[in-house]
Parts: sequence; C-alpha cells; structure tokens
Amino acid sequence: MKRQIPILLVLVFGLFMVFQYFVPHESSEWIYEYLLDWITIIGVFALVLGIWSLFRVNYDKLRQHKPDRGYSVVLLISLFATICFGFLAKVDGSWGLHFSTTEGLQSYMYRHAYEYVIRPIQSTIFSLLAFFIASAAYRAFRARNVLATLLLAAALILMLRFNPYLGPLGDYVSNAANWLLNVPNLAAKRAIVIGIGLGMVATALKVILGIERSYMGKG
Amino acid sequence: MDFETYLWTSLAAFLTLAIFSFLYKDNPFYKFAEHLMVGTATGYFSILLWHNSLYPNLFAKLSDGHWYKVWLDSSAPWYLIPGFLGALMWTRFSKKYSWMSRWPMALYIGISAGLAVPLEMSNRVNKQLYAMMSNISWETFIGSGLFDPTSALSQLIVLVGALAALSYFFFSKAHTGAFGVLAKFGIWILMIGFGASFGYTVMARISLFIERVQFLNRSWLKTAFDDANPNHSIWFPLIFWLIVVMLIAYIAWEIVQHLKRRESPAA
Amino acid sequence: MTIFEKMMAIDRRWVFLLLAVVVVGTYAVSFQIPIRINSEVRSIYEFVGKLQPGQIVYLGIDYDPSMQAELHPMAYAIMEHCFRKDLRIIFCTLSQYGSGMVDAAIHDITDSMKLDQTYHGVAYKGRELVNGVDYVFLGYKPYFILQILGMGQNFRLPFPIDYYGRPLDSLPIMNGVINYKQVACVIDLSGGNITDAWVSYGQGRFNFPLALGTTGVMAADYYPYLNSGQIFGLMGGLLGAAQYEQLADNPGPATDGMRIQVFAHIVIIAFIVVGNVGYFTSRRRRATEGR
Repeated sequence: MKRQIPILLVLVFGLFMVFQYFVPHESSEWIYEYLLDWITIIGVFALVLGIWSLFRVNYDKLRQHKPDRGYSVVLLISLFATICFGFLAKVDGSWGLHFSTTEGLQSYMYRHAYEYVIRPIQSTIFSLLAFFIASAAYRAFRARNVLATLLLAAALILMLRFNPYLGPLGDYVSNAANWLLNVPNLAAKRAIVIGIGLGMVATALKVILGIERSYMGKG
Repeated sequence: MDFETYLWTSLAAFLTLAIFSFLYKDNPFYKFAEHLMVGTATGYFSILLWHNSLYPNLFAKLSDGHWYKVWLDSSAPWYLIPGFLGALMWTRFSKKYSWMSRWPMALYIGISAGLAVPLEMSNRVNKQLYAMMSNISWETFIGSGLFDPTSALSQLIVLVGALAALSYFFFSKAHTGAFGVLAKFGIWILMIGFGASFGYTVMARISLFIERVQFLNRSWLKTAFDDANPNHSIWFPLIFWLIVVMLIAYIAWEIVQHLKRRESPAA
Repeated sequence: MTIFEKMMAIDRRWVFLLLAVVVVGTYAVSFQIPIRINSEVRSIYEFVGKLQPGQIVYLGIDYDPSMQAELHPMAYAIMEHCFRKDLRIIFCTLSQYGSGMVDAAIHDITDSMKLDQTYHGVAYKGRELVNGVDYVFLGYKPYFILQILGMGQNFRLPFPIDYYGRPLDSLPIMNGVINYKQVACVIDLSGGNITDAWVSYGQGRFNFPLALGTTGVMAADYYPYLNSGQIFGLMGGLLGAAQYEQLADNPGPATDGMRIQVFAHIVIIAFIVVGNVGYFTSRRRRATEGR
C-alpha cells in the first residue's frame, strides 16, 4: 500500500501520457486535459508546503531567541503584510478583504511592494555577479593547458566581437565570433542537447517502469 | 515625478545600495534588505498562487462564487479529487501519515515522465540528429567564405564535432586509438563551446550591473536634482543626501573599525 | 615577492572598485557605438514586420527581476514594434515573479504608445491601448510544462480568467482564439528551463513558429535549435536586445548599455591578461628556483 500504489500510479499515468501522444483520440484528449488541470492544482498545494516551511524556520528562530532573530522579525512582518495587501482592496469606495476577486493584485501596496522592494533587491543581488566574474577573470582564468587555452581564446573572440575600436580587425573578429557560435559551439551544444535528451528519456522510462524510486524517499 | 513616487524610488535606491554594500563585507544593511526581500517575495508569491491558481482553477469550480462556501452547491464537484490529493501533500508534516503524500507525488511524477518520453526524444534527439545530417549541402564546399556557417565545410565540422563530443561522453569504450583521437577532438570542441558561453556570460553579468546604474541615475539621482519637475521641492535632494550620508557614515565607521583591528591584532 | 605576485595577492575589493569606476565612468560620458546586426535577431524583426494588422503574437514574459536587465529591453522593443504595427499581443508569464514584470511593461508601453513617433521615417500616430482588445494578460501559473501543454489545448484550460479577473470569453481579443493555432508566433523571453520547455513541449508538440530571447548566460546553448529550424530567431542578452532596438529604430536602455559593455569588457580582458602574465611569470620563477 505504501510503496506499491505509488509505483502503480506512476506506471499507469506515465504509460497513458506516452500513449496519448501517439493516439490523440477525442476520449483520451478529454482525460489528458483534466489531468493537466488537476496536476497543476495538486502542485500548488506542494508549493504551499515551501511557504509554510519558510514560516516555520523563521518562527522557530524567534521562539528559540536565536541571535539573528531580528531579521526573522523583518521577514515575518513583510511576509504577512504582503499577504494582507494582496487581499485588501478598495472596491466601490470601501476597503475590505477580497478573496474571490482579484482586486488585491492591483492594490496600491501590493504593486508597490513588488516595484520598490522585490524588483530592486532581486535585480541587485544578481548584479553582484558582475563583480564576482571580474574577480574570477583576474584570479582563476588561466591558460594552464591546451584545453584551457581553447576556452580562453573562444571567450576572448566572443568578448571582442562588438568592440568598435578594433579598426579593420573588427569585421574579422565579428565574423569569426559568428562562425564560432554557429559551428564549433553548435557542435558542442548539440552533443550536450542530445546527451540531455537521451538522459531524460532514460530516466523517465526508469521512473515509469519502477526501476527509479528515489522520489518516494525513505520508509 | 511626484513626491510620493520619489519616496518609493528612494526606498528602492536605498535597498539597492544596501545590497551593494555586501561587496565590502556582510553587514546589517545587507541582511535587512535580504530578509525583507525573502519575506515580501514569498508573500507576493502566495497571493499570486491564490488569485491566479488556487481560486480560479479549484475553489471557483467548487463554490457558487463565495470562497467560504466551498463545494456546497458547486458546478463541478469532481474537483474535490485534485483538492483532496493536493491536501494529501500536507501529510508530509506527520511522521505517521507522510507516506500518503507519495500518491499525489506519484501522479505528478508519472505524468511528467510520460510527457517527457516522446517529446524529449523527438525534439532533443531526433530533430537534432536529422538537422546534423541534412544540413550538409554539397553545392559549394566553402560557401561564401571561410567564416560562412552555412557552407558544407562548416556543417561537416558540426557533424564531426558533435559526434566527437558525444563520443567523449561514451565511457563504455576506452579512449584509446582512433576512438581516443575522436574523443580528444570532442573535448576540444566542447571547450570552444564553453568558451563561447563564458564570453556571453561576462556580457550577461555586466548587463545586470549596468541596469542598476541606469536605475540609480535615471530614476533617483536625476529626479533628486531635477528643478524642471513641477513637484520638485527641497525634500527631494534632502532625502537623497540623507541616504548617501548614512551609507558613507556606515562605511567610514567600518573602515575605522578595520584600522583599529589592524593596529591591535591581539585584541 | 615580485610585482606580479603582489598584484595577484591584492584584496579582491580593489578589483570590484575598478570595475565599478569604469562602468560608472563610461556611463557618465555620452557617446554612441555602432551595433552590428546578426541574422538570428534580424529574422525575428522581419517575421514580426511581415505580420498583418490584427494578427496575434504570444509574448511569454517568463523572467524575474533578476534577469530584467537583459530581457526587459527586448520585451519593450518587441511590444512597441508589435503595437505600432497594430498587432495584438497575448501576454503570459510562467515565471513566479514575472507578473510584476508584465504589469510594469504594459504600464510603460501604454504610456509611450500615446505619443506620436517616427520610426525609419514613418510617422505613427499615438493611440490608447485597450486592455482586452489590443492585448490580454493571462496571468501566472506554476509548472510551466503543464501550462504550455494546457494552452496548446485551449487557453481557457489553464487560464479560465485573465490576470485582472475577467473570463477570457468576455474579452474581444480572445474571440475565436482557442489555442496556438490562432497565434501568428510565440516569442518567449526567459532565462531558465522555461526556454527548453517552449522548444520541446510547445514548438515540438504544436509546431508553431517560435523565437527565443534569452539571457547571455544561456544564449550560446540554443544555436542547435536555430540550426535545426525548431526556432526561427534568437536574441542573446543585452546585445540581442540592442540589435532589436536598432532594427526597430527605437534605441533604448540596451543600446545605451552596450557602449558601457565595450569598456567593461576591455577591463575584464585586461584582468585576464594581467592574471595570466602574473601566473606565467611566477610559474617560470618557481621553475627556475626549483632547478
């Protein structure tokens, strides 16, 4: 019951989906559409798990008087405030909580929380990578052997391809970069794409046939 | 820009600078901004899940329009099944019943795996293999020049290069003799591919920083000192300087602390 | 310790500072650089340019703020190009923080479309874009593979209502639009696995014309699909966005950013060169001493 039913479910639904691809009959389309819809709903419940565990981790930090608990307070307050903003809206002149209509998505605070908090912070956190790649270029990017030199040369040609100060060399570098992307790079990435494709199909088949069961965890 | 929008923009600018302060070292400004983002983003995402997914795709089908009257007079009561299966996911919190969460999980995994088999095979493997062989046209060997990617020579390099790169990953046969040469050529091709990706990555990373500089200048700094703005007042530059001075004071304090530590390493 | 060894040992914060000074310094100086156009970007521009007024383009804004620097300029340039040509757009996001990106883009382009503009010498009169007539924003749903497949059956399956809570059937733009068959092309802007899903599960299953806008990090990975004809165009990173801006005669943040890229790249190349000179000098010294 604990292990057999999941394996059976995977087998039945996995085979159905493969079958449906090759035989898109009206009746199988009907089941297929329902499955796509239902699986999304089931998946959303799984996402709520993640949100809940974030809450638990920070709530526990607070309860156990951990040294950095001040930041957990910031996190929890901002979490609950944003959730409230998403339901709170002014409709027909009066404020209220709206669960079944989407006014909350257009509410002032909900939109501003995104525009002036999430957006600048997320984009800035990622922009730190510009500095780390500069540091990596300085410290780690060495032509130690033939392979590293090939990588370095390809990278340099790509990095120079839009430089307008190369004079007559400019067109040459640009064409070389274009060729590099469309020929050797294409060959390398094609091999990787084919490799990934074969790997995915093999893993999917192993899952469907019950050989790969790690998704069930222990117990 | 009105004063209210400018205040919000100043908040965004402050948070941007707070994150940048991490480049000097980890500090309270950075930690504050980081936690604020995680909390706000999770709240934002939760609301989106409710309004965009859970309500229209499940609860609206189970109710007569009032979310709290779920399933009492619904038009599609069979939607209780995915609702129930979804709720089973939450048995993960219980040690005794967590095995029940495997059912919805199995459904998801089975469907995803079933979808992947024909589509990944067709689109990642078959179509790529087909293109690899069919794109070689022998009309002109070199095409319009040495750097013509559509020439037969270039496409032949693609074919041999891709086969060589694939053979590098083939470990069931020892990389010796002719096969070893092919595998070696394969790793060369792969390295050129990774180099191309690295060249692009440098541009990508720097773009992210440029965008932040554009934001700080266009939306914040220029507005702070824009006398042509009809809503402009003394508060605009004042708030700007307040944030700048605060951050400079913090950095100065950090540097002083750093120097003190260097003078008395024993402490 | 030689000078190169000393240079290798410097605090990495000096490296950070140098990059920041070059980027900010270049940004402060006003100048232009020419942008060379690649065929993979031109093909997207030409495809959109050949569409007839009223045709529908599906624009997938599948990115978060973390990738906005590269993908937002692409979205702006394509949106402006489409709307000036009286095309209609279906927006959708399969990225969890993408709905705010769509919201911001619609807000900004609606404003700019009110102005009279001239592109390539052709005057376009300003007009008011109407939500539900000129465009629709379907909203966000998690699990992108399921949604891409679901929309291939019927847009109403994953999205019974749009982002603003209106049933899709009540919107004039969705009149007679069932699935991808009624859409002229799909242009997906994204920076993650969603791109792969659009190729394998979207174009692969439903066979619609697909073009991609990707971040620079992953752009090189999609050339195989371009070569095999699975996608008809590819915009890679800020350079791709700047090329589209140039083609559409609508220079924006990407074109502005590319001039800074030139000097930032020179600094990075200088870092690589100095780092390598230092490495080889100290290696030779160690080898000599060892002997």
